[in-house]
Amino acid sequence: MSEQPLLRVEGLSKYYGNRLGCTDVSFELWPGEVLAIVGESGSGKTTLLNCLSTHLEPSSGRTEYRMRDEVWRNLYELSEAERRFLMRTDWGFVHQNPADGLRMTVSAGANVGERLMAVGDRHYGHIRDTAVDWLGRVEIAADRIDDQPRSFSGGMRQRLQIARNLVTGPRLVFMDEPTGGLDVSVQARLLDLLRGLVGELGLAAIIVTHDLAVARLLSHRMMVMKDGRVIEAGLTDRVLDDPREPYTQLLVSSILQV
Amino acid sequence: MTAALSVRSLSKTFTMHLRDGVVLPVVENVDFEVHAGECVVLGGPSGAGKSSILKMVYGNYGVDGGQILLAHDGAEIDLATADPRLVLTLRRDTIAYVSQFLRTVPRVSALDVVAEPLVIRGVDKSEAQERAKALLARLNLPERLWSLPPATFSGGEQQRVNIARGFITDHKVLLLDEPTASLDATNRAVVVEMIAQKKAAGTALLGIFHDEEVRQQVADRIVDVTAFAPRIAA
Repeated sequence: MSEQPLLRVEGLSKYYGNRLGCTDVSFELWPGEVLAIVGESGSGKTTLLNCLSTHLEPSSGRTEYRMRDEVWRNLYELSEAERRFLMRTDWGFVHQNPADGLRMTVSAGANVGERLMAVGDRHYGHIRDTAVDWLGRVEIAADRIDDQPRSFSGGMRQRLQIARNLVTGPRLVFMDEPTGGLDVSVQARLLDLLRGLVGELGLAAIIVTHDLAVARLLSHRMMVMKDGRVIEAGLTDRVLDDPREPYTQLLVSSILQV
Repeated sequence: MTAALSVRSLSKTFTMHLRDGVVLPVVENVDFEVHAGECVVLGGPSGAGKSSILKMVYGNYGVDGGQILLAHDGAEIDLATADPRLVLTLRRDTIAYVSQFLRTVPRVSALDVVAEPLVIRGVDKSEAQERAKALLARLNLPERLWSLPPATFSGGEQQRVNIARGFITDHKVLLLDEPTASLDATNRAVVVEMIAQKKAAGTALLGIFHDEEVRQQVADRIVDVTAFAPRIAA
């Protein structure tokens, strides 16, 4: 086990004018650790994810990341070029809507290959072989490699987006409601796939979800957000089986039993 | 000799915020030790807090006060105050738990469910699966079920998958929540034998067994949980 965290977050806050997005969030994320951020719409979880992934600049606080050369960098002080390089290589971002994370008018193979080229792979045969391998890992048949994601179902698109993100061997992946909007059977397949890949690759991940079952299945640790604040945090099964805060108890008791 | 597991002055209440903040005291001043090679059974009627104690010892329930000391990696660690990452390490290496009900994951086969604790520890996947097969065979789970996800299995079949998963590693502390509740006599006997082997191998076991006969066969000591009943009502 690595002796150092990958990400350190301290006192992170984001205000939209006078309105609170999220406030005073602090935590550490370790290599191989999956953290779920749960809460209902408007709780600030997506704002937090966007700040962490540098899509938004926080109003105050800091987020430090341990780069591959072991140097700690404050994410909000990176140059635009450094930030983009990080996003293309060492990080992944899986959007709820696959269309936001894919290029819909280029082939599935190119969607995966493009990330490889971004990290300097120039050998066409290798890129194509890797793309085929990754499509297989996300259970997309090799004969769909030349098809555009426009012709894919929602579940397939989401699996393609995951392949595109993981092909460069990132150490940290952000996911925003990765199973939102999918049929339950499609969801189950995607969750199982994600669970397997995260474990196999030893990825660290931060997953925003309002679905506690998704958090239970994928995460080691969770943070519950309400009104922009983290109100409860801890080991996932502890928070779900012995919730302390009134709001967390409400969330847990609202799960429908099948 | 230090115990594999020492529980000291443990107390627990539930605060039900959705029911006007009603406070339900569960247990207080829970004190006992479990040594290597013995099986300690938590005794007492339903509702006395036996399962809650087991869940606290596994870190699944939080505690209000007290210590849960585990011998881990040459040191003594208090699981009650350990951070989530340390609890996960303790679960990987030192403390295992056979829950009463199996929590199934879609599409993951019974064999992989059983092999997983070994794979997490870095054991080669094919070797882990061989050991999983041996355990499932020993527990008389029909071979045709091994490659299927256990979600559709009967209660007794799921319980045997759960038992195999808990017994596959050499964790020093093993928690058992009614592992024989849904089993027939043949498989109960297998589990009793497996517990005896764990004891012989120096594992410290803490369990709940409602079945009188099984309890008599496995228990070295019974800890009466009613002694830890909270003195004051809410």
